[in-house]
Amino acid sequence: MEQGLVLAALLFAMGLVGVMVRRNIILILMSVEVMLNACGLAFIVAGARWGQADGQIMFMLILAIAAAEVSVGLGLLLQVHRRLGSIDIDKTSRLKG
Amino acid sequence: MSVELFLFYMAATISLVSTVLALTRYNATHALIYLIISLLASAIIFYLVGAPFAAVLEIVIYAGAIMVLFVFVVMMLNLGAQGDTLEHEWLKPGMWILPTFLCLILFMEMVYVLSGSSHLLPGTAVSPKEVGIKLYGPYVLAVEIASMLLLAGLVGAYHLGRRYLMDSRGED
Repeated sequence: MEQGLVLAALLFAMGLVGVMVRRNIILILMSVEVMLNACGLAFIVAGARWGQADGQIMFMLILAIAAAEVSVGLGLLLQVHRRLGSIDIDKTSRLKG
Repeated sequence: MSVELFLFYMAATISLVSTVLALTRYNATHALIYLIISLLASAIIFYLVGAPFAAVLEIVIYAGAIMVLFVFVVMMLNLGAQGDTLEHEWLKPGMWILPTFLCLILFMEMVYVLSGSSHLLPGTAVSPKEVGIKLYGPYVLAVEIASMLLLAGLVGAYHLGRRYLMDSRGED
């Protein structure tokens, strides 16, 4: 069971590094997906450890959050691409850019 | 080391490797392929620790629906004349060797796990029935909150997409 939590922590760290390092908005959204998936993995492993269904229910809520987040995020990405002609996040560092 | 633990470590290694590869690609489509492989490996891990319903949801919703959204957006952004040459560069046969290899390993794991009635990793398996009873029993408020969240996401995405279309029609 500890291995599962270690794996979740590693995946989360990778997603965090991806969010901080990458400058492409699509890749940043994908890194956020990796982080959410790592949280779900931690919930599932912990739920299996105690034999309770709560972990899987939390995983389903994380799925709903991920779906809502990615739809709004990709809509924003289309807007940024339309207005700035680029999906580089550094181009959006100024307000009213 | 038991067979199940070995399968777990193999799926975990594939998950880590493909996540690293996904987050270091220059090309969004290649990154998507590796991310999907990472999600499939997570689904196998879910099955191994005794959460079959979560494994199914992981494949249907994460690797299916959410990744299709990403694919749609990548397709929308790559309109234009240079798209064909780009695509010609992307579809080199060599690009498919590593993802196919990783997928093949996962597929063999899946066949093995599903064929034998294998005992799982230490810990208790939680059947979909228990999940359903709990989800619509004590957690029914969370279901309602999730539905409101999805509705808000739907309205927000529709709003952003609609203004995008109107702006482009006005200026072009």
